[in-house]
Amino acid sequence: MNSATAGSPVMDALPSVNADRLPLLLVPVLALVALPLMGSLSTWVTLTVAGLAMGMIIFIIASGLTLVFGLMDVLNFGHGVFIALGAYLAMSVLGTMTGWTASEHLLLNLLAALPAMLVAMIVAGGVGLAFERVIIRPVYGQHLKQIMITMGGMIVGEELIKVIWGAQTIPLPLPAAFRGALLLGDAAVEKYRLIAVVIGLAVFAAMFWVLSRTKVGLLIRAGVQDREMVESLGYRIRRLFVGVFVAGSALAGLGGVMWGLYQQNLTPQMGSQVNVLIFIVIIIGGLGSVGGCFIGALLVGLLANYTGFLVPKVALFSNILLMVIVLLWRPQGIYPVAKR
Amino acid sequence: MSAPLLRLEGVHTHIGAYHILHGVDLDVAQGELTVLLGRNGAGKTTTLRTIMGLWQASQGSIRFDGEDIGACRTPEIAQHGIAYVPENMGIFADLTVCENMLLAARGARRAQDIDERRLTWIFGLFPALQKFWQHPAGLLSGGQKQMLAVARAIVEPRKLLLVDEPSKGLAPAIIQNMIAAFRELKQTDTTILLVEQNFHFARQLGDRVAVMDDGRIVHSGAMAELAEDEDLQQRLLGLSLAAHQ
Ligand SMILES: Nc1ncnc2c1ncn2[C@@H]1O[C@H](COP(=O)(O)OP(=O)(O)OP(=O)(O)O)[C@@H](O)[C@H]1O
Ligand SMILES: [Mg+2]
Repeated sequence: MNSATAGSPVMDALPSVNADRLPLLLVPVLALVALPLMGSLSTWVTLTVAGLAMGMIIFIIASGLTLVFGLMDVLNFGHGVFIALGAYLAMSVLGTMTGWTASEHLLLNLLAALPAMLVAMIVAGGVGLAFERVIIRPVYGQHLKQIMITMGGMIVGEELIKVIWGAQTIPLPLPAAFRGALLLGDAAVEKYRLIAVVIGLAVFAAMFWVLSRTKVGLLIRAGVQDREMVESLGYRIRRLFVGVFVAGSALAGLGGVMWGLYQQNLTPQMGSQVNVLIFIVIIIGGLGSVGGCFIGALLVGLLANYTGFLVPKVALFSNILLMVIVLLWRPQGIYPVAKR
Repeated sequence: MSAPLLRLEGVHTHIGAYHILHGVDLDVAQGELTVLLGRNGAGKTTTLRTIMGLWQASQGSIRFDGEDIGACRTPEIAQHGIAYVPENMGIFADLTVCENMLLAARGARRAQDIDERRLTWIFGLFPALQKFWQHPAGLLSGGQKQMLAVARAIVEPRKLLLVDEPSKGLAPAIIQNMIAAFRELKQTDTTILLVEQNFHFARQLGDRVAVMDDGRIVHSGAMAELAEDEDLQQRLLGLSLAAHQ
């Protein structure tokens, strides 16, 4: 039986594996292009680290959202509420441990910061579970309603935050050992930004591992491409989606903690402020692509810092500009997901 | 004859406002290959999708292996032991051939867990899959994708295969491979419901045949009977040619 298949000419054309590596160059190219414009190497180092830190935080926040859209075509404009929720929760948790956060000991700082992040992730994940049940599930497949009801959910969430924590801006100081800067040659690099980069890389590595090495990850990637086929193979995609939604909400909570510490103060609207940014990032990356989201987030972070220094007036719309340019190059984003 | 493995009775399917299936009655006997023929737009794909639960039947009953699956969701239906090869093949283009197969093997958590003897058998049927095992499935040719789609359906034993036009868009040489593969599959007593336009393909494989038109089964019987009766072919399939133009 097999001999019939082996020799036929059509079979022998060997398609080459040529993974799309071009986008991986975007981040280094942007950084290198900026270098001569900066005037001094130390400024460039400072801004680049700041940009990468910002990009990593945005990635942590946006990574779940891109999968939520990819898997179920759900447009969740309420994602920002988990950011604010995470940040406020962390503030409350850290507030109970001022002895440890004020200490100069890194270990004590971490002992305070880790539970704060954990609580933010767990509660944001739990609220995400409820959000999916109550707000998202009734509007599966109806984009207009999704936009309206998730925005509504976000407004309600913001008001609840005001009820619990008040409407005023609340300072969120960094734990003592995270403050200050390291000197790399002439360049001052804030410690917290390095920490943010490390955490961002860790989250990316973990997601990459899950998506490429585990069966659940495989199912998620397959589901983003062809939901019906995943179901036809006998898997419950709804369950998978709920899991992804909860994980995405928890990551948004974590990102919220990091964003709050980055800004060092909190407002109930901080979620909606980041919302636009994360949508730009996932559109740049290609809806449903985690790798694209990562690159998009780093580009947005770097560009915001570079333009903020060079041409502050452009900084206001540099993200939009970046999105336009990327979409002119690749209309479906950096890594278009093969959908049927 | 024992009770059929799959029995559709009076199945109606609506897609949105359109009434597509108008009372489909269809039996698929255990261990046989049943071919579903019919002109374009007759409702063959819709019938398979309704069996899979991808469209909900609005009326009628679908019994599989002694159970009513009409109200089940797609994943449950698959778990009952039905594998589906859709018309568009449903290949995950960004995943490798290996990853595509791993997803189809529900019992396997890693590629190493896939039953090796079965895999060897599949590689015998479709050597290209072994050759391109680690390649993204999106890079396969149309024929190779079709092979992968069929291979996914048989990577674990299933009670029933639903296969939608496996010969679609394939060169004659590849169609011959496909026929050989299905012949071998038949040796394993797998029950198959095969949608086909290509009568040449269909007559070489089918034990039984059902012909569809306008959302109904208009003829069903033994394939041998239809293959010999030119009048009947003319009436059933000539009609399909006329409807093409
Ligand atoms: N999603 C849909 N929405 C509306 N009508 C549909 C849809 N899918 C199929 N139809 C209609 O249902 C009828 C049957 O379609 P179906 O795909 O089942 O035919 P088929 O027998 O498989 O045809 P072909 O041989 O061309 O694949 C056609 O008239 C088609 O236009
Ligand atoms: Mg069809």
